[in-house]
Amino acid sequence: MIRLEDVKMYFQSRKGLFKTVEIKAIDGVSVEIDKGKTLALVGESGSGKTTLGRLTLRLLKPTAGHVFFEDLNITDLEEVHLKSFRRRAQAIFQDPYSSIDPFMNVHQIVEEPLIIHRIGKKKERNEMVHKALEDVRLTPTQEFSNKYPHMLSGGQRQRVGIARALILKPEYIVTDEPVSMIDASSRAEILHLMKNLQDKYRITVLYITHDIATAKYFADRIAVMYNGRIVEIGPPEKVVKEPIHPYTIKLLAAVPEPDPSNRFKERGVVEGEPPNPADIQWGCRFESRCQLQKEDNCKSKQPTLVQIKPEHYVACFLKDKDKS
Amino acid sequence: MKLLEVKNLKLYYQSTRGTVKAVDGISLDLAKSEALGIVGESGSGKTSLSLALMRVLPSNIDTNEGKVILDGKDITQLSEEEFRKEIRWNTISMVFQGAMNSLNPVLKVGHQIAEPMLLEKTVNKKEAYKKSEDLLEMVGLPKEIFNRYAHELSGGMKQRVMIASALILNPKLVILDEPTSALDVSIQAQIMNLLKRFKKELDISMIFITHDIALSSDLCDKLAVLYAGEIIEKGTAEQMFGKPKHPYTQLLLASIPGLKQDASPKFIPGAPPDLTSPPTGCRFHARCPYRFDPCDKKPPPAFKIEKDHLSRCWLNEGDKK
Repeated sequence: MIRLEDVKMYFQSRKGLFKTVEIKAIDGVSVEIDKGKTLALVGESGSGKTTLGRLTLRLLKPTAGHVFFEDLNITDLEEVHLKSFRRRAQAIFQDPYSSIDPFMNVHQIVEEPLIIHRIGKKKERNEMVHKALEDVRLTPTQEFSNKYPHMLSGGQRQRVGIARALILKPEYIVTDEPVSMIDASSRAEILHLMKNLQDKYRITVLYITHDIATAKYFADRIAVMYNGRIVEIGPPEKVVKEPIHPYTIKLLAAVPEPDPSNRFKERGVVEGEPPNPADIQWGCRFESRCQLQKEDNCKSKQPTLVQIKPEHYVACFLKDKDKS
Repeated sequence: MKLLEVKNLKLYYQSTRGTVKAVDGISLDLAKSEALGIVGESGSGKTSLSLALMRVLPSNIDTNEGKVILDGKDITQLSEEEFRKEIRWNTISMVFQGAMNSLNPVLKVGHQIAEPMLLEKTVNKKEAYKKSEDLLEMVGLPKEIFNRYAHELSGGMKQRVMIASALILNPKLVILDEPTSALDVSIQAQIMNLLKRFKKELDISMIFITHDIALSSDLCDKLAVLYAGEIIEKGTAEQMFGKPKHPYTQLLLASIPGLKQDASPKFIPGAPPDLTSPPTGCRFHARCPYRFDPCDKKPPPAFKIEKDHLSRCWLNEGDKK
């Protein structure tokens, strides 16, 4: 459904008065998502996961590489030709408090995409809004239609955001941290809801998150991103239960599990902060924080994704050796 | 030796919709160098509770009563001036929610850490700055950060700065209100490790406020679960994670997407009640899967399950010992 081929996204950033530096937000990513499936993109802030999501929606134009939507190469399409694509691909954003207009009521918020795309007459649109609100279980829909965002809880607002994305019957949805602003007790509710709707309408989903634990339950494949590159990708049972890349291992160790003995021991964490993507790096991007025994390659060459087990790919020199 | 004892604390706000009973009769205690977790959903009153302890209250207060006993002394009796001099930041300090966005953008962070000490006027600038530098090192930042400005730091670094500033006057109790809620899991784990280390080495007590019950197990010796302004269950970490008694606590634990188990995480349907008119009977009854006859009529008292373990649920009536 969605295919990226060696996509690169460099931003120019000014440094001082005359100098510009190149920030390699995405540096050579190839990945695809099958129709009706969910790919979770997991990584820290600044790892480029949001940028990658925007690239798949053509909200950004890549510096190099190609983006395909079904068989359509959307990399260089002009905006006028993108209109039908824009209807078929939608986004759900992180912050339900700031991504919906506070002066519009729920009905208007959900109806707006239909008006923009000139779909249906007023009566048909009302019917569609009603259906969408039912889908996200904001019922009775009559009551919710007239409410304004400030009258809703965080979970309810996020459901308005989902209804708004669904009303155009998209085939592809990017959800960027859809539950990170929501209480832990309601997160599973939103994720279950999205999963059900996805199955019902056969939607392809890119689920962007820093929480690998939720990705385990709601994704068909997990891609771990670090500093603009995918370091490990595979089905959840492989990536979560048998992680290979040292970064994935550390990321998993950081997930809190309810256990009263936790307070007596420190967690194994990735020390320090992620490197600045503006700094030029020749070697593996994780090299500066990696605690494994390093070899020369780590400092001088970038590892590429290598298949270790069926469907399980890892970009790490140390693991290449294990295999042979 | 008990450091802090809160007895029947109430904090009501006035609003256009009526009186909001944000904190409605809360009692808890905390020993020296112990960490207490306060867990609850948004709107359960956990932040109001901490604001009441720090006495930083908005102007629309309706009722503020109950006792807060610190080191054997009822601090609710102190005048505002005495409270400011003796308690706030000296004895009880706080890392506020989203505090990392409250750093002053035009002051060097080192100066901001030292500010409470400079206002005290008991030490000179040089000493205060020295202490500020030492604290930066303690929270795992290089000394050079002293001369940096807030926009030059990442979220995790700013949160470390806020922790340093809470420690500058050597408080006995630090209240941490969702100190990691805006951070990535890996930075969150770093901050939790840091807090764990401080608890052990500096001998300070902590109140850790969070909506994430799994995270509280990383630090807390005791746990109190807050629902609609009331504590519905409290106990030691072993009791609360090992054999939680209240259905709400059990559901909170089941909503955690764990890495080890395979069962898909559950959720608690519905939303917390409106605190202007809390439900009759048990405040959780409308969302509770186990509700039976008395639940919507009589509010359950806190049943004692074992030593230190209390649960406010009619199901636990028989467990009373």
